Amino acid sequence: MEWEVVIGLEIHAQLATKSKIFSGASTAYGAEPNTQACAVDLGFPGVLPVVNHDAVIMGAKFGLAVGAKVANRSVFDRKNYFYPDLPKGYQISQLHHPIVEHGKMEIELEDGSSKVIGITRAHLEEDAGKSLHEDFEGMTGIDLNRAGTPLLEIVSEPDIRSAKEAVAYMRKIHSLVQYLEICDGNMQEGSFRCDANVSIRPKGQQEFGTRAEIKNINSFRFVEKAINHEVARQIELIEDGGEVVQETRLYDADKDETRSMRSKEEANDYRYFPDPDLLPVELDEEFIQSLKVSLPELPDQKKHRFISDYGLKSYDAEVLTAQKSLSDFFEATVKAAGGEAKLCANWIQGELIAALNKNAMDISESQVTPELLGGMISRIADNTISGKIAKSVFEAMWNGEGTADEIIESKGLKQVTDTGLIEKVIDEIIANNPAQVEQYRSGKDKVFGFFVGQTMKATQGKANPQQVNQILKDKLKG
Amino acid sequence: MFEKTLSQLATDLKNKTISSVELTQAYLYRIQEQDSIYNSYITVTPELALEQAKQADMKIAAGEANPLTGIPIAQKDIFCTNGVKTSCGSKMLDNFIAPYDATVINKFNSAGAVMLGKTNMDEFAMGSSNETSFYGAVKNPWNIKTVPGGSSGGSAAAVAAQLAPAATGTDTGGSIRQPASLCNLTGLKPTYGRVSRYGMIAFASSLDQAGPMTKTAEDAALMLNIMAGFDEKDSTSVNRSVPDYTTDLNQDIAGLKIGLPKEFFEKGMDPEVAKNIEAAIDVYKKAGAEIVEISLPNSSLSVPAYYVVAPAECSSNLSRFDGVRFGYRCENPKDLEDLYKRSRGEAFGPEVKRRIMIGAYALSAGYYDAYYKKAQQIRHLISDDFVNAFKKVDVIMGPTAPSTAFNIGEKTDDPVTMYLSDIYTIAVNLAGLPGMSIPAGFANNMPVGLQIIGNYFDESRLLNVAHQYQQLTDWHTKSPEGMA
Repeated sequence: MEWEVVIGLEIHAQLATKSKIFSGASTAYGAEPNTQACAVDLGFPGVLPVVNHDAVIMGAKFGLAVGAKVANRSVFDRKNYFYPDLPKGYQISQLHHPIVEHGKMEIELEDGSSKVIGITRAHLEEDAGKSLHEDFEGMTGIDLNRAGTPLLEIVSEPDIRSAKEAVAYMRKIHSLVQYLEICDGNMQEGSFRCDANVSIRPKGQQEFGTRAEIKNINSFRFVEKAINHEVARQIELIEDGGEVVQETRLYDADKDETRSMRSKEEANDYRYFPDPDLLPVELDEEFIQSLKVSLPELPDQKKHRFISDYGLKSYDAEVLTAQKSLSDFFEATVKAAGGEAKLCANWIQGELIAALNKNAMDISESQVTPELLGGMISRIADNTISGKIAKSVFEAMWNGEGTADEIIESKGLKQVTDTGLIEKVIDEIIANNPAQVEQYRSGKDKVFGFFVGQTMKATQGKANPQQVNQILKDKLKG
Repeated sequence: MFEKTLSQLATDLKNKTISSVELTQAYLYRIQEQDSIYNSYITVTPELALEQAKQADMKIAAGEANPLTGIPIAQKDIFCTNGVKTSCGSKMLDNFIAPYDATVINKFNSAGAVMLGKTNMDEFAMGSSNETSFYGAVKNPWNIKTVPGGSSGGSAAAVAAQLAPAATGTDTGGSIRQPASLCNLTGLKPTYGRVSRYGMIAFASSLDQAGPMTKTAEDAALMLNIMAGFDEKDSTSVNRSVPDYTTDLNQDIAGLKIGLPKEFFEKGMDPEVAKNIEAAIDVYKKAGAEIVEISLPNSSLSVPAYYVVAPAECSSNLSRFDGVRFGYRCENPKDLEDLYKRSRGEAFGPEVKRRIMIGAYALSAGYYDAYYKKAQQIRHLISDDFVNAFKKVDVIMGPTAPSTAFNIGEKTDDPVTMYLSDIYTIAVNLAGLPGMSIPAGFANNMPVGLQIIGNYFDESRLLNVAHQYQQLTDWHTKSPEGMA
């Protein structure tokens, strides 16, 4: 039987506020356990939550960026359950009236076509703390630094049909939240993670199959692997005459498998009700409009601008705009180079990214700044150096040897453009290689390359290639 | 001296006929001598009180005093007090030393008031008789066989027994007004949002409100002046300026329109109580007030609606007491579930457990619409009844409680009868309105309270109406036998 895969993603993006969603404690990552949890985060008797307005604005910005309806009135609810890292015995979330509803996101598929994934809703909520099961000899430690950290949970429609689409969608959201500067996107630190709802159905069938939810996946690679594994598990199960049960499963990256955490029967009744400690969040239309106007340029807009303003190919524009930091680097490089957008795009996607990958560095850590790279590219453009020489200049810049101009100067890499000098070198080569001259003149065009090579060798690669070609052609004619 | 009101004591302090230290010492001594009879305090804080009194005397000497500087008062043990045990009347918090001050406590501290100690209360403010306290029942100073009312029964008994000149209370369904009624005090529950709830241990967040319990309306005004105001730490507190509540006390009440809800007088009220209420209304009539019969058609629904909403909120509010971070933890838990079950099972009393169970049930999937949602709808109807009534009248009056103080143990086996003690007060909380109870005579030698309900943020008028009655009557000056 042919199966169709149906996937919906719930992405948790940690909002980049300085303080927590309902208290003044810091959200900075990596502090000593329980040093960033105040009485409110600890759920002490008598404390009350006060909503962090910045988190509300960030949620609203996301809604506007995905063309959604931003609610004029959204309501915080309590989700009740007991767990040691949930201090109050309930999580403050939004169930019935989320801040964002009915958005969409276009993703590019491998075949070059595109597809729209619906975004059902996005709501604000607080994160729980962490239970630490190691290092306590049979006991459990609780770190509540993360408790109360603001999250935006972004829930997609079940519009996704493959693990690849899921990754494309997740990358697109990842890129968007960073453009909006509402999430740092750091997946190692858990700032951006997702749950995947996966089901299968016979191709052509309308109703959905029973789904399993895979929890807490924190990398693009794992999303793809976890979904593919889960799909294979479900197909095998059904084809062997079994049934998928609705349950929560955990992806184990080490074993590359998902395993059951709890079934629907064991699921909590969360006894949601509106939190009486918080007033509904009211945003009037005028405020929402002013937010909309203040939105930064978004990835899709930027991509189209790169194509029209810089004459980039669609593919290059896509790559350069996927990360805001990369697109910023590109634009700064173009500015420093005084134009030459295509050359800049090539250098960034080629040498620069290769160097970053080799050193496992982020663009923000690049040894070569946009100013350095742009400076070098302008020397290629004005024929001071050739593209080939530029590679060694780039390497020297990466190693911190100075600007392109300084390196060209100190290493004597300036391109030779003196026609008289090049003619003199070529005259000598022609004189010393009569056999090859004979071959060329008898029609063996391939030998031309030999002469170019000899000339470049004699000039240590510094001769201007266009001039070399022209002079050689003239002289070899005889 | 112990019969004096706050305003009289403030004058004495100002005139230096007594110092705050002397006054505080006198009260501390009296508490030590007499509170074993009433059990009105859970914690007495003599060292802190004398330190605060010393500071207050310095302020008074420097001419920096305001009306409450140097005056000793008692705080209900529901308010968190930094470095002082804050038990909320529960075994669960018997070992809990609060690490911060509630906003109300902060405000009294800034005003230079002196805290004598923390008063007894029904466990987590759930009760109408102060019998659910882990620290034992409180006795009504008017007859120690009877209850003082609840949940602010310790505060009521302390003021009635002259173990504090005034106290704070909190009122979720009548917990200030009903004990004030039973103990011959003036009690005021302000408009929801008038006083910050920050640091006040939550019972039912959408209903809880703190207020004063005093001998007179004038004292209540002095207390409310300190307590009221917007607090950025409480999202439900209202950002609205606070008037000086003493300013309007002497306004003439001729022409005042008093609404009497016919539903309050139909049935259920002790006939002796009814007589006193009618007599009190007559006093107003003679003072030139106009009496208007009104109807609050949905008032019969207030007790059932309340006993869904309040337990629902409490079931969630009390989840944080799980034995993990503070409060009681059972011995040698086997595992996490055992830790939860035994810590909560061993430390919560039966009334608290009952309400958690009712609330969890009312919120559970499949029942939410039938109970919680329906109760919220009824709540709107009840509010609308009042909104309509206040189009016609300035204040609404009726009894505070259906009877005078009942005997200790009389209603403990019958929760529903106990719940009906608050039949006249609960609707006011559901609507978020301000309400008062003032002394209005005696039935079988026990105090009767007149309830006065006002429109939103109309506390000044309530206090004026109460104060004028206290100019024409002397019920509020009566003390239990043997006291001056």
